[in-house]
Amino acid sequence: MSGFLQHTFNGLVGGAFYALLALGLAVIFGMLRVVNFAHGAFYMLGAFGAYVLLTEVGVPFWGALVIVPAALGLLGMALERAFIHRLTRLDPLYNFLFTFGLTLILQDLVRSRYGVQSSPYTTPAGLQGSVDFGLFTFPTYRVFVLGFAILACLGVWWLLTHTRIGMVVRAATERPELTRAFGIDVGRWVTPVFGFGIALAGAAGVLAAPMRAVNPLMGADLIIVVFAVVVIGGLGSIFGSVAAGFGIGLIQAWGEAYLSETAPILAQTLVFIVMAVVLLWRPAGLFGREEAPA
Amino acid sequence: MRRTTGLAAVSAAALLITGCGGGGPQSSADSKLTDDKIVLGVLNDQSGVYSELSGRNSVKAVEMAIADFKAKHGASVITDNISVESADHQNKPDIANNRAAELYDRRSADVIFDVPTSSAALKVADVAKAKQKLYFNITGATTELTGKACNKYTFHYAYDTYMLANGTGRTVTEQGAKNWYIVYPDYAFGQDMERSFSAAVQQAGGTIVGKDPTPFPNDNFSTFLLKAPTLDPKPDVLGTMQAGADLVNLVKQYNEFKLREKGVGLSVGLMFLTDIHSLTPAALAGTTYTDAWYWNFDQRNREFADRFQQVTGTRPTFAHAANYSAALQYLEAVQAVGTDDADQVVAHLEGKTIDDVFLRNGKIRAEDHRVIHDAYLAEVKPAAEVTEEWDYVKILKTIPAEQAFASPSADCTM
Repeated sequence: MSGFLQHTFNGLVGGAFYALLALGLAVIFGMLRVVNFAHGAFYMLGAFGAYVLLTEVGVPFWGALVIVPAALGLLGMALERAFIHRLTRLDPLYNFLFTFGLTLILQDLVRSRYGVQSSPYTTPAGLQGSVDFGLFTFPTYRVFVLGFAILACLGVWWLLTHTRIGMVVRAATERPELTRAFGIDVGRWVTPVFGFGIALAGAAGVLAAPMRAVNPLMGADLIIVVFAVVVIGGLGSIFGSVAAGFGIGLIQAWGEAYLSETAPILAQTLVFIVMAVVLLWRPAGLFGREEAPA
Repeated sequence: MRRTTGLAAVSAAALLITGCGGGGPQSSADSKLTDDKIVLGVLNDQSGVYSELSGRNSVKAVEMAIADFKAKHGASVITDNISVESADHQNKPDIANNRAAELYDRRSADVIFDVPTSSAALKVADVAKAKQKLYFNITGATTELTGKACNKYTFHYAYDTYMLANGTGRTVTEQGAKNWYIVYPDYAFGQDMERSFSAAVQQAGGTIVGKDPTPFPNDNFSTFLLKAPTLDPKPDVLGTMQAGADLVNLVKQYNEFKLREKGVGLSVGLMFLTDIHSLTPAALAGTTYTDAWYWNFDQRNREFADRFQQVTGTRPTFAHAANYSAALQYLEAVQAVGTDDADQVVAHLEGKTIDDVFLRNGKIRAEDHRVIHDAYLAEVKPAAEVTEEWDYVKILKTIPAEQAFASPSADCTM
């Protein structure tokens, strides 16, 4: 029983990363109708940001958790203004290509400066121990990561449901043309929302630095699963992305724990099997809606 | 009909003209070298995951070998015209195949060195066989190079999966860690390593209490790390066959879950000096693994490492030292037989015993072209004992050449 609880808790921690990244993708897609292929690269930049701040400036983890997402958010806003904005009116393929190309450029820039070997980053001093939950103990840092992700998701939910900005974003996500017809300047909110999505990816990257290998390709491997999460949750569905993020984390952890020895292939492909089944059953994802005809 | 004959005559004439006119300077009468020169090819990963453990610094190691070779032989050197050609195979078998053919044919390489990634390494062995040119594999791990896929022109230097498993698996088990939990990446290298390790552990009287394949690549090993201490009987040691970034992920998380404090030690299947550097020795303190060569093992290695550092700014991994050694031994063989004719060089190398900075008690086995030499069981020092950058391990035991490698495989027919 304690084993099962432990694996469940662990799955939620893994899911926390998926949820933070999928949430960013969902708000960006909702507002801009852009699938941001560069999301994994921004996650990687988040981790490298933490590493550079620590080794070259001496800013510890906590400082990085504030500075890096803010800086990446601004970078995201600049990129939206300079490039993505100009491409949204064209075929969606142009933004696919742009964000994909951006990923390659960012990866290679980091690679040329820091190499391919992973850069060291240690767990912040205050979070190195373990928390005793009675039935099992768990590394404090992982408990913190889970808490952070849940707070971030709740924070976004509150913003969306209790503020005027949130209302505009929700309305623009559901029916952009109709929202404009009511005289609301949707365009004004596009850039900050894009920056916010990127900032979430940056925060996930900072959180990953102490527990994962910090290298230029760290985002490229992760983002494949995150796209599966977004598809399962329903593209553009904010609640769906979070629920699917944690759900996939759980499914992955249970699969690895109980299927690795008997059916390793199944354990490793479980996420994509779930995705295929969901798509067959509900092509728009669990919480997504069929796009209204334009 | 007349037309075709006419065409044939014209092309024959053209061939004759280019044959005479384009033949370049005539070879001097006494030189037995093709094109009057020796070209050493280095084919490896120059920008990806294996670029730091070998990569461009291996090209520099080969250049060092050329300089040392020329300095040693002075005026009697077979030729002054020795150069290096390098190419990036991006760890992809198809690219390795094309680049190897290009090196041999268009860039006139007499020999190819290095070639990490087993699948790519095996492709190049086929090319070497077809072109009848020499090939010294350094960083490929698969024992197939000296098994099923062995051939007259291919030599396997440095290490292989048997050496790693036998060195670490057997020695650690004999030292008292009887129960093993093995995790391995689920692709050819990992599966091969798992089989070799399990066999070595069991032969030494140990037990595999659990083994799990993991996705590749993977950034989250927490499930397996949670599982490790709950196995019955509890494993004494976690054997990881992960490499590169996967290894970094696993070790970081091993420390996070405090498995060493829970009585589960760590043994790594394959690790390079660059891996320890990027994880920091503190994260790996107490971890055992098998090393093919260590730069600070003795004065002779250290002198080489000092010179290498002057050229590259960093300390050599065993891959760098092995590339240096292989290039040097190839050049010495050409000097000895007086020609770069591949068959004569092979005949000279087969069965040769060698002692150089990399090969201790080295011997090139004629049966399967496995280059055997002493290997080392290494342990990462605790952070407090690290007094010099890059000096991260202590050698616990030298494994004699004859025991370090498997006896020649019955699968190999030259």
